[in-house]
Amino acid sequence: MSALQIIFDALSLGSLYALGALGIALIFGVMRLVNFAHGDVIAFCVFALLWPSVDAIAIVFAGNLPWFLLIPFVLAMGAGLSVLCELVVFRRFRNTNPATMMIASFALGFVIRYFLLMLFSSRPKSIALLPELSQPVTVLGARMPLLQLITILVTVGVLLGLTIFLRRTRFGLEMRAAAENFTMARMLGVRANRVIMVAFALSGALAGAIALILGSQTGTANIVMGANVMLMAFIATVIGGMGSLAGAVLAGFLLGATATLLQALLPPEARAFRDAFVYGAVILVLIFRPQGILSAGGMKERV
Amino acid sequence: MRQTSSLTILRRSLATPVILILLLVAFAILSWAVGSRPFNQTIIDMLVQVTLVTGLYIFIGNSGVISFGHAAFACLGGYVVAWTTIRPIMKKNAMPGLPDWLMSMEIGWWAAAGLAALWAALWAGIFGAILMRLSGIAASIATFAMLAMINAIYSNWSGVTGGTSSIVGIPIIRSVWPYLGVASLAVIVAWAYSISRQGLILRAARDEPTAARASGVDIPRARLIAFILSGAVMGAGGAMLALSIGVVTPNSFYLGLTFTTLSMLVVGGMASLSGAVLGVLILSSLIQALRWLEAGVQIGDTTFALPGGVQEIGLGLVMILILMFRPAGIMGNRELNLPRRR
Repeated sequence: MSALQIIFDALSLGSLYALGALGIALIFGVMRLVNFAHGDVIAFCVFALLWPSVDAIAIVFAGNLPWFLLIPFVLAMGAGLSVLCELVVFRRFRNTNPATMMIASFALGFVIRYFLLMLFSSRPKSIALLPELSQPVTVLGARMPLLQLITILVTVGVLLGLTIFLRRTRFGLEMRAAAENFTMARMLGVRANRVIMVAFALSGALAGAIALILGSQTGTANIVMGANVMLMAFIATVIGGMGSLAGAVLAGFLLGATATLLQALLPPEARAFRDAFVYGAVILVLIFRPQGILSAGGMKERV
Repeated sequence: MRQTSSLTILRRSLATPVILILLLVAFAILSWAVGSRPFNQTIIDMLVQVTLVTGLYIFIGNSGVISFGHAAFACLGGYVVAWTTIRPIMKKNAMPGLPDWLMSMEIGWWAAAGLAALWAALWAGIFGAILMRLSGIAASIATFAMLAMINAIYSNWSGVTGGTSSIVGIPIIRSVWPYLGVASLAVIVAWAYSISRQGLILRAARDEPTAARASGVDIPRARLIAFILSGAVMGAGGAMLALSIGVVTPNSFYLGLTFTTLSMLVVGGMASLSGAVLGVLILSSLIQALRWLEAGVQIGDTTFALPGGVQEIGLGLVMILILMFRPAGIMGNRELNLPRRR
């Protein structure tokens, strides 16, 4: 495997983690909620493509839409579900302690997952989502599936778009202010409900983007498919510095790079223990930078 | 002066473990009286969960730091039981990499559970010495990383743990009494710790970290003691879990167990021992009731059965509702106690 190939692998894996971490950090920033339901929103978006078909080899219904309708549809599904969660559940948990919110979000994720199970059963389904993306392409001498390239480009695009949104628009300014100091922002005229709603919508749309990438990468739909990305994203959010969006993205890419590099560099007999090394590295980072790589202001615990 | 004050706290709080253990005894007697095998297994599951959640409470309840990692100690404990109680002939096939002295070992359940607690406590001490310097969400994630690490090691260390495949052949205990004994012991340990000097110190550090530190409390050390003790109880709980089903796999001690135990603790009331025990009893009863409904209930001539998956959805919804109306859990931070005499 060439060095260039490793770099592309690291970037595409990191992209997934970075998108997930952004989705978690956006919500954490405005309401200190660690959203465990995020992974299940991802799974829901994939299954939204299959509905109303519940066969094992799914006749993709919405998945047959042309791509310029398909992508907005999935993003809207994610955003819609996420906003619905906010309206029905999380709105009632404002100002409760983080542990309670966390368990509530976990319970909500449970409800979403088993709702999918009830409709679609727990067997993984094979789906053909955007099959033209798995063709190989050659970039700078490295061969890779077109999807890998698109994943990286899409992530860069999303990051740029989000940066412009946060830096240049009024909503963005309000969100950054709310993430910095929610009480103060409210006193200065930021409307809490609107900011939180926008955060949930963005986070849900990011879940939709991950769903599209995962769905076309693996060619299967599985009710637990979001769980792994969600855990890694969650870790990335913390080691990036909770509440810091740039930190979350950076840590997501770092995690992807660490996992890919260890896979490539470890001797074969130690390769099975790759994950143990990754998590060991996470502990090390936390010991030396408990507040995260880039910590947001006002988040430091003094004791 | 100190002597009298610690005696007072003993007398005031003694009713809590007594009430809780009587409650557990009542469930055990119920299962003995009913005498049906599935019901017996249900009660055993419940008592094992009580042990595990009580172990979780010792650390989370007293320190206020959420740990996602305690299932790892149950995993360590469960595998000790597999190493020490399975017949040597069967062990040779499943786990060929075991050292000879362990390969030939075959001991009773209580000795195995004790060893499990010690082994888990040892690793809790090693990991805790590193992790207890962290607090808040960083500590939670670090404990989760510990869980994932131990899971990755046990899933791939095929010679000694059999990898991801399940290890069968653990002699199953079908009687409810050993489980009752271990669960009661866990409750007593948790209670004794929470009224001990160290327990009081840690709770002071949980509620007022700055003031506690200014009064000379070494917070990492106080947390480490709770971490080791709760690791030991979790190890014993993992051992009882292994003895109750006779099978261990790394994934039966992973995210699923983490979230069930944590949910039971938070729903019951994170900062209360009574909450830990009641959380288990209430949520397990609920799960059981929903399972029965899923299997079908005969009313008149028709059988009502809920479709599959409704059990988990119902459980999730009830948890959300309980937390919505009682954000600090059912018990809050109060304990079950006798009405105070004037």
